[in-house]
This record gives sequence, structure tokens and C-alpha cells, in this order.
Amino acid sequence: MSDRRDFMGMALGAFTGLGALGALYAAKRTWDPLPSIKAAGFTTIDVSKAEENVLYTEMWRGKPIFVLKLSKDAKPSDAPNGNNANAYDDKRLITINGHKFFIAIGLCTHLGCIPAYFPEEHKFKCACHGGEFNMAGEVLKSPPPSPLVIPPFTIEGQKLVLGESGPEYKKLLAAGVVA
Amino acid sequence: MAHFDPNARPFSNKWMNERLAVDTLKRVLSTEYWIPKNINFLWAMGMVLAATFGVLLISGIFLLMYYIPDTKLAFDSVNYTIMSEVGYGWLWRHVHGVAASVVFLIIYIHMLTGIYYGSYKKGRELIWISGMLLFVSFSAEAFSGYMLPWGQMSYWAGMVITNLFSLGSLEFNGLVEWIRGDYVPGQAFLGRFFMLHVLLMPLIIIGLIVLHFGTLRMPHVNNKDGEEYDFDAEAEKWKAGKRKESKVIPFNPVFLSKDVFVLGIYFILFFYLVFYHFEFAMDPVNFDPADPLKTPTHIYPEWYFLWSYEILRPFSKDIGLIWFGFAQVIFMLLPFLDRSPNVAPANRRRPFRCWFWILVVDMIVLTIMGKLPPTDPTFALIGKVAAYTFIGLWIALPFITMKEKLVGGKK
Amino acid sequence: MKELKVLAVVVIFTLITYWGVEPYAHSQMHKHVESQDFKYPDINASGVKGDAAAGKNKIAACAGCHGIESQGMKAPMDAMASSAAYGVNPPDLSKVGAIFDEKFLIAFLQNPAHAAHAKPNFAMPPSAGSAQDAADIVAYLKSIAPKEVSNKEAFELACGRCHAARYAKWTQIGTVPKTKPNIKTGKDLDKLKFEQNVAEYQNKLAAYMGKLPPDLSIIIRARGKHFLETFVEDPQTQLPGTAMPRVGVTKEGYEKVEAYLEEIGDPSKPKREAVGPWVIGFFFIFTILAYLWYKSQWKGLK
Repeated sequence: MSDRRDFMGMALGAFTGLGALGALYAAKRTWDPLPSIKAAGFTTIDVSKAEENVLYTEMWRGKPIFVLKLSKDAKPSDAPNGNNANAYDDKRLITINGHKFFIAIGLCTHLGCIPAYFPEEHKFKCACHGGEFNMAGEVLKSPPPSPLVIPPFTIEGQKLVLGESGPEYKKLLAAGVVA
Repeated sequence: MAHFDPNARPFSNKWMNERLAVDTLKRVLSTEYWIPKNINFLWAMGMVLAATFGVLLISGIFLLMYYIPDTKLAFDSVNYTIMSEVGYGWLWRHVHGVAASVVFLIIYIHMLTGIYYGSYKKGRELIWISGMLLFVSFSAEAFSGYMLPWGQMSYWAGMVITNLFSLGSLEFNGLVEWIRGDYVPGQAFLGRFFMLHVLLMPLIIIGLIVLHFGTLRMPHVNNKDGEEYDFDAEAEKWKAGKRKESKVIPFNPVFLSKDVFVLGIYFILFFYLVFYHFEFAMDPVNFDPADPLKTPTHIYPEWYFLWSYEILRPFSKDIGLIWFGFAQVIFMLLPFLDRSPNVAPANRRRPFRCWFWILVVDMIVLTIMGKLPPTDPTFALIGKVAAYTFIGLWIALPFITMKEKLVGGKK
Repeated sequence: MKELKVLAVVVIFTLITYWGVEPYAHSQMHKHVESQDFKYPDINASGVKGDAAAGKNKIAACAGCHGIESQGMKAPMDAMASSAAYGVNPPDLSKVGAIFDEKFLIAFLQNPAHAAHAKPNFAMPPSAGSAQDAADIVAYLKSIAPKEVSNKEAFELACGRCHAARYAKWTQIGTVPKTKPNIKTGKDLDKLKFEQNVAEYQNKLAAYMGKLPPDLSIIIRARGKHFLETFVEDPQTQLPGTAMPRVGVTKEGYEKVEAYLEEIGDPSKPKREAVGPWVIGFFFIFTILAYLWYKSQWKGLK
């Protein structure tokens, strides 16, 4: 075998590899979520009739969304909340029509189970692995590594539109509450 | 028990050879798999077919992810979801549709090459038979795939073709209903043809492709002159460096390099069709959703089934079915109907040469007439004559070849 | 070279087969109808000159059934009530002047069924007593029509009250609204109600037309441009006896409709045209490299 022969075979192989990369790109695009799935990623929630300390579950992008109007005995705290379920980080809450609300994706940040809300204790408890969160979604008990995730939203009067980043959401972003 | 060297580094050449005989495999399957040198581009059609099957398999995988085998959803899953929502879904569909049509063109070229050069004789009978089994499997694969978009042509082709199984006056209507799982093509029908298309037929085809390659091993590939080689002796010459004197070349890389070149030209044409000229492979009528209450004005099979369809069409129901059945199996029997001992290209086998070219022209005439409306008396007559010619040719074949003179050696 | 001769034989037989089963067979299956360029040669120009101001006073004759939203005139009945009364929803006249042919409209106002080549039970009665009245009304409609209508608007006005286009979320009674299911039951009542309305409208329409006019989502691929163009010009030439009326669009109006049908029915066309040259270019270079490899491997073999 002369070098030239090897060279041509290899050049052809390398060029074929380029084509394969192109085909792989098309294949990757085929796996992407469909435009209709992405377009459907907006949900409007009316919170005007929400009652205090009652958890409402909605759905957005197929995931459960927690909406909780805070009870009167909830107290904002600047310090880490420790084990006090009634103390919460004010930055994580949003105000709609003068009322404090907590909204979050209702999936435990540990492995994605849905925590249940215990109104008397003001706690979310996850049955799968024992994680607990307070009313603002902050971790009271591990294993969850981080607070419940707040989805992008915008406020329109008494309504919440999920999937759109409004000014209030951008404020949370700036405060480092959401990533 | 084989001997394993405890000091061999894992995955080193030696280690691999002891476990998988990779060097032997490479030698047997590629570098010392000997192919005659005396060939032309038609010898690359096998590789072109293998590549097209690969293209069908890959594009099919991507279509399968969004296709829904439900009579209410299938049409829109293909024509809306795949064509306008899925990223590059349109590309996979056009590639799949065009490849399904073009693969038959290549199959026919491959078949006729085999007939012309006598590559079905003297030890090569199994190559021919396994090839014909592949043809039948590809036909079933194509037909079942044609059902899936559940358009007007899908539905009515399903109706007409399954009705053939009533076997004319035998009135096996129970059999037809059993095949459909319903009185008409419906959900059960779509479900089972979906299964056939994406699982059972591809498995059978892959198995047959392996068998087809296997049947080539002992008799070896034929050459342009039908000459019998001593492959071992010729291979020794090649290995001794007498590349010019040797009549054979190794499959890899010498034969392969030509195959790949032919493949390149083929893919230029193929993708031209995919992007700019796909209508021939994607019938407009099938862009109307299936309607059990309305038959399209003109129905016809895809072009590759037209010749056998035309053998069915001009006759009364029972006779037509008999000749249709005849046309399906007769090619399979070619190695036994050709009584001549000659393995030579058709141009050196006198009466057979005429037989071959008449067959080619006749099948093209049948194909064209098969698509034309049967209501026109001229077309109907030409079709009928062509159908009789086809039957006559095959009946005459043993007698023509029996009297054939022995042609010797090279030209 | 012998090999090229073999190739020529293969190519010739392939092309003959292709010619026979595609262009030739299709020329035999479908009768060829010449395009008339949307000139409507069977309708004679009336010769009278319309006066838009006079037409404005005569438009009351239309307002009994049609709305003109751009002029603040609401339709007397909504789509559902209209279909119950007439079998079909009469169009809003705001944009009619922009896409329909003047000569056709004048003839149409005097004798709708005749001008539209429609069946005698055509929903619209003769509505202009004289050519002058008709010309005045048409002049008025043209005067209020917007200069530009979009492809989508042209489609909805010319086709959209009889034909749905589900891939564009269009139904005979308008665009499918965005609705939300009840989270506890999973049932979407607003959607069901809308679907029921569509179904009721379609039943009335089918009774009026004899059958439900087909969904036009991918009609561009099912019928092709030439058929659609000549069919819309005069449905009777392509499908004698069809209930579809001649709608009388202008050439420009039809071009908008066609562009819209292509947009929704063949959305991959721009992508095909963008990707095609790259793929084919790739295989050109691939073939050249493969040829060089082949030549280097076969050097000194013969």
C-alpha cells in the first residue's frame, strides 16, 4: 500500500464523518421538544378566590404547580429559618393584590416526588424520602438540596401567567432566589 | 479448550483475537474475500441496495418516534406532526418515501443483471432464490408501509389487495376478514400492518440479507464473462504481489473503493429526488385522508407492482388470479427453467438474448399499461398482449434454452 | 467505453419507464384544463360605471344578511344562526372589494347562482335590480376595501366559511380558541362546546352543499397548483356537477389564497430548498473523493 492510497481512503473517511455529523445534527433536532409543546408552556391561574393556608394545585408544562396564600401567622425572617416552619424568607414570596403568595413547581428538589402540604404544621412533606419544606419552600429537613423551584411568571391583575418572565420574576432573579 | 495468554493486555490485538478471532473475521469477511476483477458498475448494485436499506432503516427509526398507528390519528401524525412540527421530520419522511421507491428500481436492475450474466446457474441457484425471497419480503415491507399514512391510497390499496386473498370463485371471504381483523381495513388492520412493517418484515429482511451474503460465499460472485475461476489459485497470485495477473481482487479495499464511488453517484441522484422531485414516490392521492365511502377516481399500485398488477387486470377474476400467482413465483424458478449449461452473458447466448430483451421490454410495457386507465380499449389490448407475452416467454424458456449450443470460455 | 454504454442502456430503460408511469400516465388520467388567468371570459362587462357614493345608499340591500365590520355594521346573525337559516355563513363585506373580481361581482349581484355556476338553491338571492345598482354597490365595496389583505385573510374570506384547515387551526366558524381543561376532571368544556358548534355548522353546511367541503390543510399536495388554480377559476371544468360555486377571485386574490395553502400544506418547502444544495454538494465532493480513492486502488490492476 502506498501512502497515497491510504491518504485517499482516509480523506474519504474523514469527509464521510463530516456528513455523519450533519445527519446527527438533524437527528438531534428530531429529538427536540415540538414547537406545539413549547407553545403550550403557558398557563393562566386566577388567584382572586384563593383562601388562606389552602394549597391549590394547578398544572404547567405537565408539572404540578403549588399556589399557597399565606396565613396571618406567617412571619418574615431575615435569618435562616432553622426549624421554624412559620418563619419564611420574604424574598421568596410574591404579592398579588396586597396578599402574600407562595408559588412553586410542586416537585421535591431531591428526586421529583410531589410533597404534600400539612396546613396545621405549615409544612410540605415529601413521602418518598422524608424531605420537608416550609411555607416559602425552603428546606427544613434534607435530603432535598435546595428550596422548591419558583417557575417564571408574570402578574396580570389577580391572575398569574406561568411561563412568562414578568418584572416580579426578574426581581426574584436579581435577588438570587431563582436561578 | 482454547489457550488464553494470561499476560495479554485487555483489548489488545492478541487479547481480542483469542476471544473474538478479529483478524480471522477481518480476513474472511473483507481483506481476503475475493471478488472477480472482470466486473462493471452493475456489480455495485448489491452495495447500493444494502446502503438504501440502511437509509430506510435509519429514516424509519425517526419516523417511528412520532407516528401513531391509530386510524383516527395516523394521517395527521404523518402529515402534520412529522411534516411540520418535528425537526427535520419532513426530511426523514421524504428520504423514507423516495428510498422505498428507488430501492425497487435498484432491485430490478440487480435482478436483470443476474439474469443477463447468468448469475443464477451452476452453484449460484441459492443466491438467486434467496434474492427472490428478498424481493418478496421487500414487496411485503413496501405494501405494509404504504398502509401507514392511512390516506385514500393506503385504504383502497389495503381493500383491493386483501380482497385478492378471497381467491376468486373460491370465495374465501373468511380468510380476507381474518387478514383484516375486520370486515374492512380498520384499526385491527392498521395495527397488524404496522407491526409487520416495523418489526416482523424488517427482521425477516435482515435475516435474508445475511443468508443472501452467505450464499455468495461458496460459489463466489460471477463475472462479466461467466468464466469459472480457481479462486484459491488467483488469490495466491494476488497475495504474491501479482496484482495485474490475478483475476481477483479483495473485497476490501479494492472492490469496495469502486462500490463507494458508485454509491456516491447514486446518492447524488437519490438526494436530488428527495429534495426536488419526490412526487413520483409520494402519491398526491394519499394526501387525502382515508374515506371508506369514496373510492378515488384512479387507483393503481406503486410503480414497482404495476407489471404484476397488469398481469392480473386484463383477465376475468379467476384467470387473472392464476396468472398473477404465476407471475409471483415464476422468477423464483428461473435456475431450473433455464436448461442450458452455459454460464455466459445473454449477448453470447443466441435465442436467450432475444428472450432477455423481450422480457425487459415486455415488463416495461406491462408497467406502463398497469398505470393507464383500463377503460381505454387500446391500452387494455396492449396490456393483454403484453400479459400473454410474459406468460409465453416463461413457458418457452425451457425449450429455448434446451437447444442452446455450448459456448466456451472467453469471447 | 463499454461501462458507459451499459449505463446508458440502464438509464434509457429507466427513463422510459418513468415517463410512462408518471408524465404520460397522468396526462391520460386527468383531462387538461387551460388556465383562463382569472379573466372570466363568459361574463360580459356591463359597461356601466359604478358610483361609490350611490352604492353606499344601496348597501342596505346587503345588510339584511351581511355585516361590514370595518364600517361599524355588525352582521345580523352570528355564524351559527346564519348556518341554521341559510346553510352557510354569509361573509363580512369589509374586504370583499380587495380580492374579488369587479366584473364577476356585478354579474353575481344580479344573479348569484348563475354567475357562480352554482346549483339553483344557492343561498344568496339576486340582490341588485339593475346593472347600475350592482355596479354602484361594487364600487362602494371597492372603495371601503383595504389596500392590502394578508394571505390568511384572503383564504378565510374566499374559502374559510365552507372549508376548514385544521393544520392552521381554522374551522368554518373561525379559529380554534385556546382553552384549558378543568384540572380536577381533565375535561375541557369550552373546547367541547366549540367542537359542538363546529359540528352543528358542518352538518348544516353538508346538508346545504350535499357533502361536507373537504378540509384544505394539505390540499396543495393532494391536488397540486394547476388543478387548484383551474378548479377555483371554474369548478365545473374540473369536476362537472360539483356543488362548489365559482367564487370569482381576482388573479391577485387567488395568488394570496394559493400562497396561504402552500404555507400551511407544504411548510417544509423553504427548508427543503435551504438544505437541498448542501446535501447534494456534499455528495458531489464525496463522489470526487471516492473516485480518487477508487482510481488509486485500481491503479496497475489491468
